[in-house]
Amino acid sequence: MTQPANSQVNILEVQDLRTEFRTIDGVVRAVDGVSFSLKAGETLGLVGESGCGKSVTALSILRLIDPRAGRIAGGSIRFEGRELVGLDEAAMRGIRGHHISMIFQEPMTSLNPVLTIGTQIAENAARHLGLGKKAARGRALEMLDLVRIADARRRLDEYPHQLSGGMRQRVMIAIALACNPKVLIADEPTTALDVTIQAQILELLAEIRQRLGTAIILITHDLGVVAETCDRVIVMYAGRMVEAAPVAELFRVPRHPYTRGLMRAIPRLDLDAEGEGRRPRLTEIGGLVPSLIRDIPGCAFAPRCALAGDRCRSERPPMLDVGEGHRAACFEWAHGFEGARRDAGQAEGVR
Amino acid sequence: MSTDALTKVPHPVPLAVRDLVKHFPVRSGLLQRQTGAVQAVDGVSFSIPRGTTLGLVGESGCGKSTVAKTVMKLLEPTSGVIILGGVDVTHLSPAAMWAHRRRIQTVFQDPYSSLNPRLTAGEIVGEPLANFAIATGSEQKDRVAALFKRVGLRPESTAKYVHEFSGGQRQRLGIAKALAVSPDVIVLDEPVSALDVSVQAQVLNLLIDLQDELGLTYLFISHDLAVVRHISHHVAVMYLGRIVEMTSKAQLFRGPRHPYTEALLAAAPVPDPARRRLQRVVLAGDVPSPAKPPSGCRFHTRCPLADAACKVTDPRLAEVALGHHAACLKRPAMAAV
Repeated sequence: MTQPANSQVNILEVQDLRTEFRTIDGVVRAVDGVSFSLKAGETLGLVGESGCGKSVTALSILRLIDPRAGRIAGGSIRFEGRELVGLDEAAMRGIRGHHISMIFQEPMTSLNPVLTIGTQIAENAARHLGLGKKAARGRALEMLDLVRIADARRRLDEYPHQLSGGMRQRVMIAIALACNPKVLIADEPTTALDVTIQAQILELLAEIRQRLGTAIILITHDLGVVAETCDRVIVMYAGRMVEAAPVAELFRVPRHPYTRGLMRAIPRLDLDAEGEGRRPRLTEIGGLVPSLIRDIPGCAFAPRCALAGDRCRSERPPMLDVGEGHRAACFEWAHGFEGARRDAGQAEGVR
Repeated sequence: MSTDALTKVPHPVPLAVRDLVKHFPVRSGLLQRQTGAVQAVDGVSFSIPRGTTLGLVGESGCGKSTVAKTVMKLLEPTSGVIILGGVDVTHLSPAAMWAHRRRIQTVFQDPYSSLNPRLTAGEIVGEPLANFAIATGSEQKDRVAALFKRVGLRPESTAKYVHEFSGGQRQRLGIAKALAVSPDVIVLDEPVSALDVSVQAQVLNLLIDLQDELGLTYLFISHDLAVVRHISHHVAVMYLGRIVEMTSKAQLFRGPRHPYTEALLAAAPVPDPARRRLQRVVLAGDVPSPAKPPSGCRFHTRCPLADAACKVTDPRLAEVALGHHAACLKRPAMAAV
């Protein structure tokens, strides 16, 4: 968790962000009251299962929500003090891909198949940095070196289909970094990649952060990826934040019952081998994620939570400070040891 | 019912393959002559004892799904032998294969594309019962209801269509369909890869329960080492069409012997921040094309241990410790006793 200098400045501040989509069935509250800040050089993980709102949070920050389908219904997004909610599209274009840029899960669908990768990197540099053709191409070459693509000069003139999946993701990173952004949003950047290639890309992202001081928002469903790369983590569920903590703290004492459930549900490679034939049961989280169309007055996780009481079903728990920079949206944990004891008792009962 | 007699005889090794090869021809030029071959599977052998799981793990393009399709006889093997419940089914015609289809069923990664969207869930599970003349009419209805209950679906959801189910429920439906004909072997091709963590746990638990209860034999294909370790009894690691290491789960994860297995284990992210930044081997480069596999050991282009001999000599899978096979020149075989 080494952070480069000037790490105390918040470059991005998101306050009570709410993003909605209109559907035939009603309004979907995809993001419902998300708040966080991001410091220079920091890697923040947004983690949760499908539909938890982690990607919509990212798209909202970049103002990429299609106005025909949805809108930012409230809250504030401040980049270096400047409010992005309500900013006109022309001004937003000067920020998007320049100061804040994004990479996606599937590079093949984000790269233009009929342009060489050199052109695609140079295009971004030329638009935002006002570079001439030659300088932009030089910049492209520099970027390919940065993302460790061997034989960069030849690769400049190749097309996306000529590259492997891992190399395409490196090209996406090169495009995203071409203008020296302050913030890089990476949405499941390694999910489509094989595990040995994933390790290469994660190492590259860590190196970039060290060298350039780029702040990274890493969106993932994979707790292993979070543990290896992030400084701080936000766990999301049903459009809401349920827990936020420094990474070591989160894995040492996960506080929210949902986070605890997730951690018990994954098969582990690092825990010592069980006997030859024994296969312990994984802890399931019963039930399903609630529909986000219906208004959920209480805690969104209450219907699936073993600890939930009447208050959990009627009143929405705020993010409560539990110390060590750790916050959790759970009334039960506000009771401190009492809640902890009960949770432990619960686990004992299951065993 | 004559087919029932077939399935009631338990064979100690319900599925085995010997030297399985599947090459896809590469054609080019005006006359579309064959100019090469993609060596998707190149000499794979394994056998799975009754009631156990063989995990087949490897990265994309290693040939693990081609093994699944060939074993199911959805693809004709180029050479080699497939033995289903003691019967060599390699060269059976589709008609002759029919009698054996009941023994082996499959569950795919994406149930959305493998289940018919125009049929109700009840019809999907009832169809194989009718096809194999196992049950009709009200008896079929009862069996479908029992299968639904067994996999954790509500009996009233038989009237629903596939799109009305969540991802996890769809996978349960796929499992119910596979179970309908009481198979001996189920080939599971990345069955939980598309599912969220909490749902993945439910499906893995269900698969283990079913296996313990019914004595099913699983060929479990996945790229996820943690999932494979959880469900398997034995594990085979594939690289570019070959098995490079195969042993019991405990031996493989405690003491891998092939450098590729070591690299895979080192690369898998572990959900424990205290363990990160340990010195770990990050494998350089990409997997070479199976249309032009490297000479000698296929892994030598990425192997940290490779030397001149590895570029020339193709290592055979050999026993490096009791019940532990690896194909590596740097990890010599046990002395013959």
